[in-house]
Amino acid sequence: MSLEICDLCFSYGEHEVLKGLSFSVEYGELLSVLGPNGVGKSTLFRCILSLLKPQKGECLIDGKSTAGFSAKELAGYIAYIPQSHYPTFNYSVMDMVLMGTTAQVNAMSVPGKRQVALAREALERLGIAHLASRGYTNISGGERQLVLIARAIAQQAKILIMDEPSANLDYGNRTLVMRTVKNLAAEGYAIIQSTHDPDQAFLYSDKVLAIQGGKVLAWGKPEDTINSTLISRLYGVDVEICSLKDDKVRVCVPADL
Amino acid sequence: MKKEKKRLSYSAVIALLCAALLAAIIGSVVLGRYPIGFKELCGIIGSKLFPIESFWTPTQEALLLSHRLPRIALACLVGCALSAAGASYQGTFQNPMAAPDILGASAGASFGAALAIVLGLGKAMITLFAFASGLLCVGLVIFVGGRAKGKRVIGLILAGIMIGSLFSSGTSFIKLVADPAQQLPAITYWLMGSLNGASGRDVLFALIPMLIGLVPLFVLRWRINILTLGDEEARTMGVNAPRLRILVILCATLVTAAAVSVSGVIGWVGLVIPHLARRLVGNNYRHLMPASMLFGALFLLLVDDIARNAMTTEIPIGILTSFIGAPFFIYLITRDGERI
Repeated sequence: MSLEICDLCFSYGEHEVLKGLSFSVEYGELLSVLGPNGVGKSTLFRCILSLLKPQKGECLIDGKSTAGFSAKELAGYIAYIPQSHYPTFNYSVMDMVLMGTTAQVNAMSVPGKRQVALAREALERLGIAHLASRGYTNISGGERQLVLIARAIAQQAKILIMDEPSANLDYGNRTLVMRTVKNLAAEGYAIIQSTHDPDQAFLYSDKVLAIQGGKVLAWGKPEDTINSTLISRLYGVDVEICSLKDDKVRVCVPADL
Repeated sequence: MKKEKKRLSYSAVIALLCAALLAAIIGSVVLGRYPIGFKELCGIIGSKLFPIESFWTPTQEALLLSHRLPRIALACLVGCALSAAGASYQGTFQNPMAAPDILGASAGASFGAALAIVLGLGKAMITLFAFASGLLCVGLVIFVGGRAKGKRVIGLILAGIMIGSLFSSGTSFIKLVADPAQQLPAITYWLMGSLNGASGRDVLFALIPMLIGLVPLFVLRWRINILTLGDEEARTMGVNAPRLRILVILCATLVTAAAVSVSGVIGWVGLVIPHLARRLVGNNYRHLMPASMLFGALFLLLVDDIARNAMTTEIPIGILTSFIGAPFFIYLITRDGERI
């Protein structure tokens, strides 16, 4: 068992966004959340991260409800990986990754040897140890995204939540980042990512969750879940699913092509 | 891609700053209209601990202990406090232009001081009024900013501008009704900022609130980094950002109010020094905070030496820091087109 979402409901005032979502993610699994803009993917993530308090339902980690967790406790279980951003101040890559270890150290003290070792290990694991002393805002978007992933690894959480990790990246960086994410899942992390792109779900994910109207439209393995009916219901375009390389890869192609 | 310059190591920077500060303190004792040599300094200080035959004049001893040393201590304290407050505000507001008076501590303190002067109160009461009024102004800003709709940080900054200007208008009104022969020059002089006439009592008055503020800012310095990433990201990393932010703002405000109440309005230090320190040790507050504190103390001490020695009459230090600070800042933001 890993992360379980039970009957999650959330509304902003009168506006209902999530109307009873239930699904789960196992360790070693990469789940892609599909859905058009404004469907509530970010709201769902913010509820899982306890940034928003759901009106109904709960999130269970290994069977324990996260509702009573402090920020510090939750940080030990779940790490959030934002889109590669530009912070106000330029920190070195090493400092940025070290910030992930903050919950492990006393509020009055600074990260010690153990935390530095964790940060270094995370950088090496993602193959970006050579960037350690560079400025975070001076490296490429793909490298910044890898740094944020390294920060989550240094945080020592086993569940990673990623907000469109491949958005704003060029093709090469996107492939690099997604391959890294897939490897992490294979190493035992439970990863939830949001994406607009069904092809990405085919290429990298173990499971797909499609959301529409605040409810789960489909949930399961990509090849069982994604079909032309689903895509046209989600995005309002007609597509044909094409199979390549003996059905090892599937892609969506607009039907009127 | 931007070129990344090789920096001196952090410990080297701190060692250099400490050495420079010590040299500046000794130099500041020796500098002055009435001569006190290095030998006399060692003798007078040493005589407090060991029996040393006096080879100095009583005037020298009195001047050193009741004027020059308190003034040096106060310059260092105020410089340290303003720089630490500036660096903290920049982090908590995620805004590199934030300065110690952003929440109106200076405007509030100025009003209090002007009010005390016009009421004909003594020096101790002027300091106390300035301190209380500075805190009152910031309290109002936090109260109003907390009720503002929309983004909390923007709300605070806007409230700071408005309440600050309200207090400034109050000061202007007091200047209008003040006695132009005695009180008005006193108010004007106070507003320009000066460490003139610093006494041991001033140092003690400023020291306690400054320590109460500076110690938490120093120990929490790593966590201020997390604040600069924004509340939500901070929370997912296990940090309760709103609570930490209020704590840092309170501490930074306390030291600012304490500094302004003993020295008047000394501008630019809290903005320029943290940026200089960023150049030296980087943006990581773990290193930035100690470097800013030392650098601020060194800077204000040196500027105060100019203020009391450059001309036959004392130049208000606030004027000097503006003369140095403003052009320097223009240089900082235009050089290499670097992001600040």
